[in-house]
Amino acid sequence: MTERGAPTILEVEGLAKSFGGVTAVDDVRFSVAAGESVGLVGPNGAGKTTVFNCVCGQLRPDAGEVRFDGRPLGDLPTYRRARMGIGRTYQRLEVFPELTVRDHVLVAARAHLGGGHLWKDLLGRSATTAEERRVVGEVLGLVGLGHVADVPVAALGLGTCRLVELARALVAEPRLLLADEPSSGLDAHETRALAALLHQLQVERGMAVLLVEHDLGMVGAVVDRAIVMDLGRVVADGAFADVMAEPEVRQAYLGVR
Amino acid sequence: MEQLLGFAVPGVPYGCAYAIFAVGLVLTYQATGVFNFGYAAQAYVSAFVFGWLVQVHQAPVWLAFLVAVVALGPGLGIAMDRLLFRRIPPTHGLAKVVTGLSLLVGIPSLLPVVFGNQNLVGLPSIAFNPNTVYFHLFGLALAPINGVFLSSVVFTAAILVVLTVLLRATPLGLEMRAAVESRRLVQLEGVNADRVVSAAWALSGLMAGLAGVLLAPTQATLQSQAFLTLMVAAIAAAACAVLRSMSVAAAVGVLIGVVSLVAQGELPTGSVWYSAVLPALPFVVLFAALLVVPGLRALDDSRDPLASVDPPPPPVAASVRSPQLERVVRPAWWLLLLAFAVSMLTWMPRAWETVLDQGLAYGTVFLSITLITGLGGQLSLAQGTLAGVAAFTAALLALHVGVNFFVGALVGAAVAAAVAALLAVTSLRLRGLGLALMTLAAALLFDNAIFSQPALTGGTAGITLHRGWLGAVDFFDPNGHAFFVLALAVLAACAAGVRLVQRGTVGRELAALRGSEVGAAGIGINLAWQRVLVFALSGAVAGVGGALLAVQRASVAPGEFNYQLSLAMVVIVVTTGVRTVEGAIQAAFGFVVVQELLQYAPQRFSGLTFVLFAAGALSYAAHPEGIVELQKRRWTARVERIVLRHPPPPGALPVPAGFGEPVAGEQR
Ligand SMILES: Nc1ncnc2c1ncn2[C@@H]1O[C@H](COP(=O)(O)OP(=O)(O)OP(=O)(O)O)[C@@H](O)[C@H]1O
Ligand SMILES: [Mg+2]
Repeated sequence: MTERGAPTILEVEGLAKSFGGVTAVDDVRFSVAAGESVGLVGPNGAGKTTVFNCVCGQLRPDAGEVRFDGRPLGDLPTYRRARMGIGRTYQRLEVFPELTVRDHVLVAARAHLGGGHLWKDLLGRSATTAEERRVVGEVLGLVGLGHVADVPVAALGLGTCRLVELARALVAEPRLLLADEPSSGLDAHETRALAALLHQLQVERGMAVLLVEHDLGMVGAVVDRAIVMDLGRVVADGAFADVMAEPEVRQAYLGVR
Repeated sequence: MEQLLGFAVPGVPYGCAYAIFAVGLVLTYQATGVFNFGYAAQAYVSAFVFGWLVQVHQAPVWLAFLVAVVALGPGLGIAMDRLLFRRIPPTHGLAKVVTGLSLLVGIPSLLPVVFGNQNLVGLPSIAFNPNTVYFHLFGLALAPINGVFLSSVVFTAAILVVLTVLLRATPLGLEMRAAVESRRLVQLEGVNADRVVSAAWALSGLMAGLAGVLLAPTQATLQSQAFLTLMVAAIAAAACAVLRSMSVAAAVGVLIGVVSLVAQGELPTGSVWYSAVLPALPFVVLFAALLVVPGLRALDDSRDPLASVDPPPPPVAASVRSPQLERVVRPAWWLLLLAFAVSMLTWMPRAWETVLDQGLAYGTVFLSITLITGLGGQLSLAQGTLAGVAAFTAALLALHVGVNFFVGALVGAAVAAAVAALLAVTSLRLRGLGLALMTLAAALLFDNAIFSQPALTGGTAGITLHRGWLGAVDFFDPNGHAFFVLALAVLAACAAGVRLVQRGTVGRELAALRGSEVGAAGIGINLAWQRVLVFALSGAVAGVGGALLAVQRASVAPGEFNYQLSLAMVVIVVTTGVRTVEGAIQAAFGFVVVQELLQYAPQRFSGLTFVLFAAGALSYAAHPEGIVELQKRRWTARVERIVLRHPPPPGALPVPAGFGEPVAGEQR
């Protein structure tokens, strides 16, 4: 169900990356339209996280190109890509243990606008503004973290930390969200709530979502389209239900695991 | 040719000394994952005990060797592992460096306390007589082969052969190599990993001991200093081998030794090459290696596939004081400050006013460590150098251009900030250990190539400050308080600045960076810019502190700003608390006061200051907020419990019901 007419926001072409002898990603190509929500699924070790890392600039691909909004990203560092509108959550938690939940969102909101705050700090003019309080409160409410806003994340559980990462990514109003297994650590109820939230954001904000998830039920609830990877290659790309019916996909899921 | 050989041959023993240390560093790193800064201290302990037994107790050389090398060497290694390094999570790179540094600073100061001050002169050699010339290489008069040469070559070769065989051809060697990859995986294979790691530490301890006793006869008087210098130069060789290959490390070590001496003979003595580049050669090599060798960029990255099983570094204890207590404590601090100022201006004895003045100046320098390590999360071993850069800049401007010293100090702070920023830019790809080594290399470059130029810095005596340089006020008046007022104001301004940064946007962004570089970049934080910023800020603060120290001492001398000061400073500040402004200030006062008090103790205790602080720093791995800060927080909590009758939740904040399992390793 690719919306014809919507401009492409992310284009990945001929992407390849290997670690020593292991080819993690091999000639991967796909695209995501603005406002579209796409599932990137595949068995463990298929290369999904590696694709994410290449898209957000954490890894340099050995070959291939990533274009965001029609612009080749080349060697652009991660932070520049983030400021362009690529938000991300991580499979292995990347939270800031010393900061509270609120500070996570606040620091993300400010970082999004760029650095150069030193002189403001030194003049004591970096207190939170009313506008910032509003935005941060809104995001926390959206993700459902309002009640733990002032708790340092070191004291929170895994599932909550995933939501913190999500809130931190959302506050910058990304145009593309890369979510890497956001539901692991959440219970069934919370997973459903999260799926609903991602869907809502996609519809309301027109945010494109690229979702890596092992919980295919959740993927089905969020995405229009699915890309299946196996052993570093894309083996299927199409409407979620169609793709799941393909023999290659069944082979990848049932045969390898 | 003959002449060249004549210069090269005496270089070989030096080279062998570097090689032995480099091989030891590589061995420990390879077998245990720890870059052991304490290695030089281990070598010194064995040499010291060996000398003490032979000279003070007239023990036979073989017996002294057995005790000091065969027993004490491995024993010390195992003790270091059991008591310290084993308790540090493999992913906590900073803690490993700090622990090694504490040993390096603490152990040599501890020996006189235990054994009394010993002047160990002309220690015997374990094998060949150092003063006998055994034969001449190729029969050339210029290439005499004496005992020093023979013993260093023979032992270095023997050590290399034994180690190679041990690591390549025995099961223990295989297990050792596997254990450093992943202690846990090895354990899953049914190997007792703890035993393997202990064996590695014992082996490296033995090597350190051997190195110590081997090198002792080459020194006129046994000094820990010499071992430190050797090790630091050997780091260059180890780095060229990417801390991986012992044979490369050994080869580079020998090469550095030979090239230095050949160059010493060949270069015209008056040239810059001779006076600046040559003494700094090992550090130039280290600097270059860190710049270009890609393998050194990932020194701290654990190769352990099971690393995520390990608990993360301990979180910093929460320092939430209840508002009621805050209402009492805050005014109390202001009162204390007032009392301090009034005392200094009125009844404080002159000697103590001087001591506390020094504390104020040190406090400013120490704040730069709060910035770079506490806020930036990186270890810099060049803070003393940065302080020196500013102090010398100010002094030189006053001396040659006639600029007011305080104006010069501001220029100097800017220069120090620029140097720090440059250092940050060149080392953007390095982190943790790599960055610590880079800053160490920079400090040594300055020590050996710039601060050592008599034309520039006035030789060991340095540059004496003149009253007139400082404007109308007499800061050197033995009965005045001008310096106190100045230093207090400067320290207060710097402390307030650091605090504002800490609580502001930059502080939060840096806290994010300390938590996760990946996550920070993912939300749009520019890591490189933050790194340069925090280095520059820290350089500026160090520079201001350095200028203050210069005014306090009325002179600037190279020896006061060398790399050893930088190493000691890190250890001192880490003890009291590197995360807070109070930590730096307490460190400074603690340091100067303890040192002054020890003046009244017998001479052998004079090094006890460093022993105390090093002991405190050893707890960094468990309590990154600093042992003193930790105690303060515990007492605060206790007081709150008793006085306010409401139990504060120290770190144990309520986890809302209904959320997933705790973060891995959070509960131990
Ligand atoms: N930094 C790395 N170094 C070496 N190998 C790596 C690295 N990152 C990934 N790999 C390898 O690349 C392959 C793809 O890994 P990747 O993490 O991208 O898979 P994934 O699809 O995200 O799997 P999972 O569902 O388990 O998260 C795997 O074989 C993995 O072992
Ligand atoms: Mg993955």
